[in-house]
Amino acid sequence: MGKEIIQIKDLKVYYPIRSGFWNRITDYVRAVDGVNFSINEGETYGLIGESGSGKSTTGKAIVGIEKVTGGQIMYKGVDITKASNRKKLNYNKDVQMIFQDSMSSMNPRKRIEDIIAEPIRNFENLTTDQERDRVQELLDIVGMPSDAIYKYPHEFSGGQRQRIGVARAVATNPKLIIADEPTSALDLSVQAQVLNFMKHIQQQYNIAYLFISHDLGVVKHMSENLAIMHRGRLVELGSRDEIYKHPMHIYTKRLLSAIPQVDVANREAHKAERERVEHEFLENQSKWYDADGRVFPLQEVTPNHLVALPEGGIRAAIQEEQNEKESD
Amino acid sequence: MEKQSDLLLDIQHLHTAYRLQGDFYDAADDVSLTLKRDKILAIVGESGSGKSTIASSIIGLYDHKNTKVTGDILYNELNLVGLNEALFNKVRGDKIGMIFQDPLASLNPLMRVGDQVAETLYYHTDMDEKARHARVIELFNQVGMPRPEEMYMNYPHELSGGLRQRVVIAMAIACKPEIIIADEPTTALDVTIQAQILDLLEDIQRQSHSGIILITHDLGVVAETADEVAVMYAGQIVERADVKTIFENPLHPYTRSLLNSMPQNEDEDEDLHVIQGTVPSLKNMPRTGDRFAARIPWIPASAHEENPQIHEVEPGHFVRCTCWKSFRFEDQNAETEA
Amino acid sequence: MWKTVLRRLLIMIPQLIILSMLVFLLAKMMPGDPFTGAINPNTDPKQIEALKRAAGLYDPWYIQYGRWVGNLFHGDLGTSYIQHVSVSSLIWDRAVNTFWLSLLTTIITYAIAIPLGITAGRHQDEWQDTAVQVFNYITFAIPGFVFYILGLWLFGFTLGWFPISGSVSASASGFWGVLGSRLYHMILPAILYALITTTGTVQYLRTGIVDNKVEDYVRTARSKGVPENVVFNKHILRNSLLPIAAFLGNTITGLLGGSMIIETVFSYPGMGKLFMDSIGQRDYTTLTALILIFGILTLVGNLLSDIIMSIIDPRIRIQ
Repeated sequence: MGKEIIQIKDLKVYYPIRSGFWNRITDYVRAVDGVNFSINEGETYGLIGESGSGKSTTGKAIVGIEKVTGGQIMYKGVDITKASNRKKLNYNKDVQMIFQDSMSSMNPRKRIEDIIAEPIRNFENLTTDQERDRVQELLDIVGMPSDAIYKYPHEFSGGQRQRIGVARAVATNPKLIIADEPTSALDLSVQAQVLNFMKHIQQQYNIAYLFISHDLGVVKHMSENLAIMHRGRLVELGSRDEIYKHPMHIYTKRLLSAIPQVDVANREAHKAERERVEHEFLENQSKWYDADGRVFPLQEVTPNHLVALPEGGIRAAIQEEQNEKESD
Repeated sequence: MEKQSDLLLDIQHLHTAYRLQGDFYDAADDVSLTLKRDKILAIVGESGSGKSTIASSIIGLYDHKNTKVTGDILYNELNLVGLNEALFNKVRGDKIGMIFQDPLASLNPLMRVGDQVAETLYYHTDMDEKARHARVIELFNQVGMPRPEEMYMNYPHELSGGLRQRVVIAMAIACKPEIIIADEPTTALDVTIQAQILDLLEDIQRQSHSGIILITHDLGVVAETADEVAVMYAGQIVERADVKTIFENPLHPYTRSLLNSMPQNEDEDEDLHVIQGTVPSLKNMPRTGDRFAARIPWIPASAHEENPQIHEVEPGHFVRCTCWKSFRFEDQNAETEA
Repeated sequence: MWKTVLRRLLIMIPQLIILSMLVFLLAKMMPGDPFTGAINPNTDPKQIEALKRAAGLYDPWYIQYGRWVGNLFHGDLGTSYIQHVSVSSLIWDRAVNTFWLSLLTTIITYAIAIPLGITAGRHQDEWQDTAVQVFNYITFAIPGFVFYILGLWLFGFTLGWFPISGSVSASASGFWGVLGSRLYHMILPAILYALITTTGTVQYLRTGIVDNKVEDYVRTARSKGVPENVVFNKHILRNSLLPIAAFLGNTITGLLGGSMIIETVFSYPGMGKLFMDSIGQRDYTTLTALILIFGILTLVGNLLSDIIMSIIDPRIRIQ
């Protein structure tokens, strides 16, 4: 086990709902509602969820671009939900972000050189030559030609722009990069390229990633540990093998069974399994969600596997798991 | 031998060219395909492969000023290429239903969803308003929408993504078309909703004995739903076979490379397969020789045909060019290491 | 929704208080007072002082303001020191004139702008579009007063087709006679004014059509086999008219405010002309009343726009 680089403790992000004659706050949208996990140095941590699950909000809260309602984000032992602490720690240098839509995150009137150099200028004092060398080096890392620095974002394809986005995020030698659906807009072959570069850079610079995605295949390929998010809370958390091989929460099973498989021979079997899980998901809501439809708190099933279960639900869940195995 | 009536759509030598700064460039280049009754034909390819161009050519929805379509798209005795608009409007929505990618954008934001479905019926049936309303409710039931009477009155923004796509599907199947074209129908949806929508499409196809053209970039979706598959690269079909053959015995280097670059197929700790270079833009597409040759430079030029043709390498399995015979992934690795 | 409207109206109260204070203080800061130029310069300064004191001009500003507001509630906007009549009656007659002129202008504006916008949008980048765009550039580029004066000179003086001043001829009698005469007086300024104000609407509509034409839902409609002219009228046009309908409230307010130039050029006795005259005569009681009215109209216009929008666009529900 590596050293933990960041710990998210009971993170909450609420948005007020206003209604009534006086437009008072009557309720909250609980976008993120008590989330706990931690990321080790140099690892890729996967955060999986469907649209509206709160996974992106979690990512933004960690980078500090989303106002946190409650909980702590501990970095080097300090709670960085306070802006003053972020400044003290140089947190904004150490933690960077890669977005899904790189086009809209880049100033269209700036050259690639300036786009990549911008974070460097914010945190370091380099001469023009040093800076240019650094940008060249970064472009080299993500496999872009050296004449790219004189071009503008629109002159590149989606995959190339995403690689420039990676280069920009790496520019400040960060310890952690939040990658929010970094390859969702890309074609398969281009996605492969970007994912490979992300892995190489990780190995080279010992960067940790929080890899946020709805694509379970991509997350499986990238991450060692992962968490699955639903309705603003985590339903299951653990190592890749545990989650993919022994999913316990019904929502995880539902997600996994819904992934289209490249296995033509068994597709009827997949469909049957998917329908079975879907049926169970719809029928047994009360078993997996509390009366308000909220996900239960996480409970440790094995040291590297936490599942959201009701009080005393562990034994039942393990029992069921074993029954399933026996019937197989 | 199949019965004549099993053949729903016969596309022969389709060329669809777009005007770019004065000149026309083929986005679909000599495409020949057939769609049979009771079958789901998947057209798979990456962006810029021309797969959506085929859809818009079939249904005749393209900018007529800047697009040139030649070849034949035969629906029964009718050639859809160059068909006049008045006749085409009788075919669209009635004989051919279309499902699009983004369900929110595909629905008129100012119209009740029920009325949008009823609009199809208005132009293709002689039902009165009451009958149309009843039919819409029936359709909403068929596509699995809860509380159809209530849903009829909703506006698109009031529905979830999955429900919106069900409305779009209800619209497409309202007149029981023989052909349904689904252009990336699940790309904008969550994975669990995607599974439901794909199941729904299969159900509909089974009930109505229609033929579905499923256009997608997602090989998983193809493997789960398609009966026949056409793989497209740079405006051309490079491989065509039944779904089992495509996934179990792919031959064309592009098909094989694509399958290899899927994350879930690889050992987690190994690099994903990357296809060298990039897809050429429409303007810069090579018009002679094998279009995929530049992406597999380690294959000697002599292995490619000078003018690559589609060959039937085994019954029902078509592959373009002969280069697949000399294609091995290990050669590329050897090359990069050298 | 009525709850929302009520709340919006309540929110208008503090807005109005702030507005009225600003207006009042502005009026106080203007050089001169009602006695300036109205009194024989040979009058004893002490007597003038006494008059000013009697008029309350030396009271603290909040007392003056309180008095002014108190009078407002009684419908008393003060007395015009220049015209020696109550401002409310002075404004009322003018407001009616301006209202009719604005209404006619609005109708003509839309009658011109909507067909032009449709033509341009429908035939985007064809000659029809170019022609509309040229028209638009011209009406946009010509300053209003130049255009009005030219029109007045050509159709009023030279050709003599239309009257050149006033709102109704003195000899008109009977309901139809007065109505006809009013229309006859309004028609030339309304057309000229409308031509100048079409630019925005034409441009909005054209852009709306051009944008909506390529929307996915239009493609969906076509894929259902809906004939092209129906696609245009039912889907494209309807959705493109949305912003224009929503802007109606603001447009009417804008016309009321913008009537100063046209009314002055045509000596049309409306609020705009009254405003210009009041400035010239330093008739600040009238001026403050007018500014206050324009302010209220702007607030009401915005509210009206929001209400219209929430009625015609199901995506917008004012909360």
